Amino acid sequence: MKVLVAVKRVVDYKVQIRVKSDNSGVETQNVKMSVNPPDENAIEEAVKLKEQGLANEIISVSIGDDKSQDVLRTSMAMGIDRSILVKSQNSLEPLAVAKTLKIIIDKEKPDLVLMGKQAIDDDSNQTGQILSALLNWPQGCFISNLKIENNKVFISREIDEGIENLETSLPAVLTCDLRLNTPRFASLPNIMKAKKKPLETIDIDTLGIDTSSKIKTLKVIEPPKRKAGIMVNDVKELVQKLKYEAKVI
Amino acid sequence: MSVLVIAEHDNKNLKSSTLNTISAAEKLSEDIHLLILGNKIEDLAKSSKSIQLVKKVIICDHEKLENQIPELSSPIISNLAENYSHILAPSSTFGKNLLPRVSAQLDVTQISDIIGIESEDTFIRPIYAGNAISYVQTDQKINLMTVRPTSFEKCEEAGGDAAVENINFIDSEVKTTFVSREVSKSDRPELGNARVVVSGGRGLENSDNFKLLYDLADKLNAAVGASRAAVDSGYIGNEYQVGQTGKMVAPELYIAVGISGAIQHLAGMKESKVIVAINKDLEAPIFNIADYGLSSDLFQAIPEIIKELDLLNQIES
Repeated sequence: MKVLVAVKRVVDYKVQIRVKSDNSGVETQNVKMSVNPPDENAIEEAVKLKEQGLANEIISVSIGDDKSQDVLRTSMAMGIDRSILVKSQNSLEPLAVAKTLKIIIDKEKPDLVLMGKQAIDDDSNQTGQILSALLNWPQGCFISNLKIENNKVFISREIDEGIENLETSLPAVLTCDLRLNTPRFASLPNIMKAKKKPLETIDIDTLGIDTSSKIKTLKVIEPPKRKAGIMVNDVKELVQKLKYEAKVI
Repeated sequence: MSVLVIAEHDNKNLKSSTLNTISAAEKLSEDIHLLILGNKIEDLAKSSKSIQLVKKVIICDHEKLENQIPELSSPIISNLAENYSHILAPSSTFGKNLLPRVSAQLDVTQISDIIGIESEDTFIRPIYAGNAISYVQTDQKINLMTVRPTSFEKCEEAGGDAAVENINFIDSEVKTTFVSREVSKSDRPELGNARVVVSGGRGLENSDNFKLLYDLADKLNAAVGASRAAVDSGYIGNEYQVGQTGKMVAPELYIAVGISGAIQHLAGMKESKVIVAINKDLEAPIFNIADYGLSSDLFQAIPEIIKELDLLNQIES
């Protein structure tokens, strides 16, 4: 089985983001960037499948500028065999990302595609679902458990009501929840080894697809700030405040 | 122009997120149609036609639609799309799972998780876990959007008499079969929709201690929530998680107990009207957004709060 993992480079989850002063977007210059957290779960799952002998080749793909090479190197340090960077100067909307991935998938012919359930920058939560529809492959979203046996795929999905269990087959597109696994840290020797693994670069303009934005961002602003509250001294005061000041109990 | 709202339901009742989504649709058009895809949904269609804002209820009733497999339901939506300027679904795991497939089928970009509508082509949505708010505009032939339920009031369920139209099921070849659903049963209010939410974090230390929170929740007729740390540690199920990758809540009162307040958690609850934080760590970031902070050991504070609430009730009765 061949597994393809899609990886996005995003502002690190610990960074307190800043809105640009001209309200054109969020500051991403000189900010720590990392692998999108649920994409790390996707990488980890692919590596586990290889360790279990279920996958024989695992590859990662990212779309972005040259700097996105760093998240692909991270994925290879975690155990991915080789990577593909689709070079694009512009940030792509989910539909365009899925169309780009489809072209890579048509060429690479993986049996399984894994990616995070959402990117923590634009929080769209769309790409895996769109890709599944474009490929006409089964879709499994927000998965927290995966078992593959004889080409059969058993997944548990995190839904608002609890857990949903589905059975499907390969090839499939699965989007990973943070509880699917615990991503490993790349060891120093593996980081060194990853530098020698193959990283292919493809210019997005050579793919012949429309990746233009369909949505225009008019402005990006900071959310309204909450007014500073007060510290109460004890439980009695808290309950009195909630009853007679806030009037919520 | 007409707006299509995709109903979220359990084949018997509409989820309240559907009512929030209908309110969002009202800002776009007076001609709102509600599409219900499900199995044995005659009664559901009957109860839904009384929603005042809905002009037409469209139902597709087929046994294969019982479990909301998106590969089956999305082509039915796409097939209706040309009649509508906007198609809306709740931004729940139901809507998130379904609507992007329609985006693929119609070749239009979806706008996720809108929290406001400026005009028929301009929408407001949070990005970066709500740490920035983006105003976006589109001129696509159809606007596909998921709607954050807590950002729109629930619409009235009575007073209307909509027409009901049955449409034919379109079968698709699907390789996925439903196995089971593990749903926690609770008499408490629904988390996304409760007036009061009592949430616990890692400070609770184990699942047994969550019973303390359940006692407090029951006193306040509250829903129970949790931080990701508490869910990851196995103290409580994933359906209780509040935050960027969990549920969004905006209750009148949110009580955060033993929660430090990572930005990913704040993303899910900072729209609450009144926030109470109880944490023994005075440096916890949750205190920065709390209206009322109590620096105290939660294992002492919670039983005391329950006692105080009992006293209040005695005085009142």
